[in-house]
Amino acid sequence: MTNYLLKRIAMMVPLLLGITLITFTVIHLAPGEPVDMQMAMNPKVGKEARERLTKFYGLDKPLHEQYFNWVGKLVRLDLGRSFSSDNRPVLDKIKERLPVTVSLNIIALVLEFGLAIPIGVMAAVHRDRWQDKGLTVFVFIGFAVPTFWLALLLMYFFGVKLNWLPISGLHTLGYEGYSWLKQMADLSVHLILPITVASFGSLAGVSRYMRSAMLGVIDQDFITTARAKGLSERVVIWKHAMRNALLPLITLAGFSIPGLIGGSVIFETIFAIPGMGQLFYQGVMSRDYPVVMGILVIGAGLTLIGNLIADISYALADPRIRQQ
Amino acid sequence: MLFKTGFIYAVFWPRLKRNRLALTGLLVIFFLFAISLFAPLIAPYNPNEINAWHVLSPPSGSHWFGTDELGRDVFSRVLYGARISLKVGFVAIGIAVLLGSAVGLVAGYYGGWIDTILMRGVDIMLCFPAFFLILAIITFLEPSIWYIMAVIGLTGWMGVARLVRAEVLAIREMDYIMAARCIGCSNQRIILRHIMPNALSPVLVAATLGVAGAILTESALSFLGIGVQPPTPSWGNILTSGKDYIEFAWWLSLFPGLAILVTVLAYNILGEGIRDALDPRTVK
Repeated sequence: MTNYLLKRIAMMVPLLLGITLITFTVIHLAPGEPVDMQMAMNPKVGKEARERLTKFYGLDKPLHEQYFNWVGKLVRLDLGRSFSSDNRPVLDKIKERLPVTVSLNIIALVLEFGLAIPIGVMAAVHRDRWQDKGLTVFVFIGFAVPTFWLALLLMYFFGVKLNWLPISGLHTLGYEGYSWLKQMADLSVHLILPITVASFGSLAGVSRYMRSAMLGVIDQDFITTARAKGLSERVVIWKHAMRNALLPLITLAGFSIPGLIGGSVIFETIFAIPGMGQLFYQGVMSRDYPVVMGILVIGAGLTLIGNLIADISYALADPRIRQQ
Repeated sequence: MLFKTGFIYAVFWPRLKRNRLALTGLLVIFFLFAISLFAPLIAPYNPNEINAWHVLSPPSGSHWFGTDELGRDVFSRVLYGARISLKVGFVAIGIAVLLGSAVGLVAGYYGGWIDTILMRGVDIMLCFPAFFLILAIITFLEPSIWYIMAVIGLTGWMGVARLVRAEVLAIREMDYIMAARCIGCSNQRIILRHIMPNALSPVLVAATLGVAGAILTESALSFLGIGVQPPTPSWGNILTSGKDYIEFAWWLSLFPGLAILVTVLAYNILGEGIRDALDPRTVK
């Protein structure tokens, strides 16, 4: 197990290097230099000041040297300073926002798998009956609904028409005065719509995956054995079969992380949630180089970590891998 | 196999034809292409005609889908929006398929360090949340529909590359490839004439499903104000006003969203149908 873990972590190093290389290339292939963007905001800056800025950012050095400087700073967790008027370190800005996005996505992921697993099992058990056909229809529609449109519809029905749920932000105005319990209740009510939207996106896909994984298991000999020794159908399906069908889902959870993080741009923007997706969107709109670069690297890094966790969980769950 | 007309007439088309659902998808797609081609003839109004007297009026006999905040006819704008979506879907996936197939063919055929480097590149690209990467690149470009198509294509080829590589690895070992090598075919000829046509069937499925994904991505970008720029109508940017006026005008949100839903659904259904028709295991 330790060996497997070490090997797995060593494999991440070239990937991390590749991530930094691609991020750097994307930003530097772009026409116009960061200095131009700062100049554009302040036309009074003269030629001399421009040269000073260029030197300050190290843009007068050759590209490979710039890259190594940047990576060197990255290793020390220095992502530079934001171009926006507050001029704060990018890392601080991301640090405030990261917990919001990560916890939202974790809740969404748990909800998504919590619903998708029983749905998929039901569909597989009742193959070709109405439960299964219902799932197929749901899957096709789930794949085709644009998440931001779903968000709009939900906002309209539950926010505007019925006025049941708040449609933006994480808190009611003046929530600081509430008791702890009321604050939590306030937060949960604000989270209902965003989390529904965030988890709906891949719910259909995961259910379908669970269905086919379950179908693959259900015909195997050990299931027949379990039935033959007189176990109840419930134990056979939900214990013997489901446990084995769950294994590939662990990997799927790892793979769905980039989609979730990418999707957070959309729902955080729509619901005005102060997370990393919103910060990224604001960075993109104001052409805030360091923020965009920083989030790009951190987003990819999160994916790597997610995949690592998925692989480790897989090894822990499956003795065949653990003992290799 | 796939592109020999004999296969299409004898196996592929009859099978696809039997699948009513897939056929419906195909018809809807034809219908959408017809609509976008004949939009100027069908649309009751000029999609950019501003009418200050009919601002945000609900659906009625004269404005089927209502009007937007500038009094423009939403029905006409949705019709014209079909042009953008269909074009984006095709061009973006065209780029992704070309690039992905090239990488997959080369990696799978040559193997060794070429394979290692190319596939590690695929792994690295897959680490980035695709939507982040697209946004980051588009930030630094002038907003234009061509850039958007290119960027969606350039960030979406990795799946195709993996599929093609896997096919090539299997085909490479077959006897007829050995035979081709024995009669002195060049590598280039073996790849292009003998391997590629046989490795393409899973790509056809991936491409059809990919078109649906590209349409969703473009609409999300336009919705966020980074994609197709107004006044050019696209389904995504009509929904932007839908969000701004959600409290007064539900029709601005409902109709363009339905258009996206139907289009994406049609491509997905067709893609699944093609998958079944190409799969030798689903013979009924």
